[in-house]
Amino acid sequence: MRIRGRAWRLGDHITTDHIIPGRLKYKVRTLEEMRRYVFNDLIPGFSEKIRPNDVIVAGRNFGYGSSREHAARLLKLVGVGAVVAESFARIFYRNAINVGLPVVEAFIETEDGDMVEVHLSEGIVRNLSKGTQVRFKPFPPMIMSLLEEGGIESYFRRHGKLPWE
Amino acid sequence: MGGTMTEKILSSKLGRDVEAGEHVVVNVDLVYAHDGTAPLAIDVLEGLGFDSLSGNVVFTIDHAAPAPHAEAAALHIQMRAFASRHGIRIFDVGNGISHQVIPEAGLVRPGMVVLGADSHTVTLGAYGAFATGVGSTDAAIAMARGRIWLRVPETMAITVEGKLEDGVMAKDVILEIIGRLGSDGANYKAVEFLGSAIEEMSLDSRVVLSNMSVEMGAKVGLVPADSVTLRWLEERGVEAEPLQPDPHADYGEEIIFDAREIQPNVALPGNVDKVRPVEEVEGVNVDEVFIGSCSGGRFEDFLQTVRVLKGRRVREGVRCIAAPASRAVYESLVESGILAELMGAGCVMGPPTCGPCIGAHMGVLGPEEVVVSTSTRNFPGRMGHPSSQIYLASPLTAAATAVRGQLTDPRRLLS
Repeated sequence: MRIRGRAWRLGDHITTDHIIPGRLKYKVRTLEEMRRYVFNDLIPGFSEKIRPNDVIVAGRNFGYGSSREHAARLLKLVGVGAVVAESFARIFYRNAINVGLPVVEAFIETEDGDMVEVHLSEGIVRNLSKGTQVRFKPFPPMIMSLLEEGGIESYFRRHGKLPWE
Repeated sequence: MGGTMTEKILSSKLGRDVEAGEHVVVNVDLVYAHDGTAPLAIDVLEGLGFDSLSGNVVFTIDHAAPAPHAEAAALHIQMRAFASRHGIRIFDVGNGISHQVIPEAGLVRPGMVVLGADSHTVTLGAYGAFATGVGSTDAAIAMARGRIWLRVPETMAITVEGKLEDGVMAKDVILEIIGRLGSDGANYKAVEFLGSAIEEMSLDSRVVLSNMSVEMGAKVGLVPADSVTLRWLEERGVEAEPLQPDPHADYGEEIIFDAREIQPNVALPGNVDKVRPVEEVEGVNVDEVFIGSCSGGRFEDFLQTVRVLKGRRVREGVRCIAAPASRAVYESLVESGILAELMGAGCVMGPPTCGPCIGAHMGVLGPEEVVVSTSTRNFPGRMGHPSSQIYLASPLTAAATAVRGQLTDPRRLLS
């Protein structure tokens, strides 16, 4: 599984409130209606500027804060192909895998707009613009199967059971 | 080599010794979700066609409660209908915040594995439960199947020894810890709070430590279940066994704090780990003070608040919003006369709700407004406008700030 897109460079401690402010969750009913607010306090107009399979490259503790799964679902919905970060907050990390958003723990020197390629099964991130690459620890088979099949819901629909059942 | 509380709980669940780093599938004793996360869990359950639930499920309507608009009301309707169809116990509007209502109802015991579709589910670690926050899909799966996969976390001991100075509360202690470790200092780890300062604390204080442990990334924040815990539970009709780490428990890391050195602390706007002693940043003018939430709305919090407010008034031009964490807390404020003192000082009483903490309603901040809050997080825009500023502090600091209209060390107003 390979994801290739432009990089959006973000810093450390990007919270789920940055991704989608909690206050909106009770006002706006559907994910479809929420999409235009994604990262809006941080990057105005993000949901219109992003192209499918773009990659977020961030620092430490990405997805810190609220457990709201809307954050992971919305990143996937607006077209984010993968998130590469030095580390993730644990609830966001689980949520991302559950909804089929690839999350990769790695550090690679990147600037906004660089072309980035993530090879999930091989465990490699490449910065094509800079000609650099780093390795990350590939996922255990159970997690890989969830990502390949687009998350836990589509996995269950296809197999009628959960990966650990 | 002995076990940490985390290892003891998971080993007992699985009937064998577990080690940090392994992936296990465990039975879940309780799973809960609220009006911010249950609707999405319901969508997942219905989407996958689970028509019977084998998990022990509780719903609470606490985040946007009472409903501030028709959209929130529609989510509440969806939850009530689903709960009634599946025989789910629901704590409806006015009962209070999940993390307080669920223990008060006697639904938590030491040694339980609890999941909540809310990051602050770690609060229940104060009762000796392996309690952790998950997203709506994880919660839905646990509701349907009664089981979840987990990675057994490494355990970190945080030991606080000695006696806290008057004017210093549990919120100051946990801010001191987060300030030192950073907001990812315990990421993926189980944290266990030990030491004489913790043993001396009431449950109302211990829950603040467990509650905020997620603000440094912890998976769980456990406190030993000792005689204090067992008495609290017994008063609510729960018989339980104590839970302690083994004498030579193998903690990967132990970090020690001296309680006597901890001062009233504040987290500056932006991130919970931007912690400074209040003394160093006094004088910031505030528009609002919020005393409430799952992190600062319990009986002891208000008992401390009125130590400062009694015989004084909230300063003109400042709104001081006080919202008890549950109906039971509210009733105890009425019975003890504290409610009259809060009202007399000019506080605005809110119903038991998470409301202001997540900017849902009842105290939403406008552009550039400044709040001192006893709640959990101070991320930009969390309580309202993106340019508003949130300072996190103890109820005592919040009360002193309400009186002066600017950030104030409460020791100035305590005799």
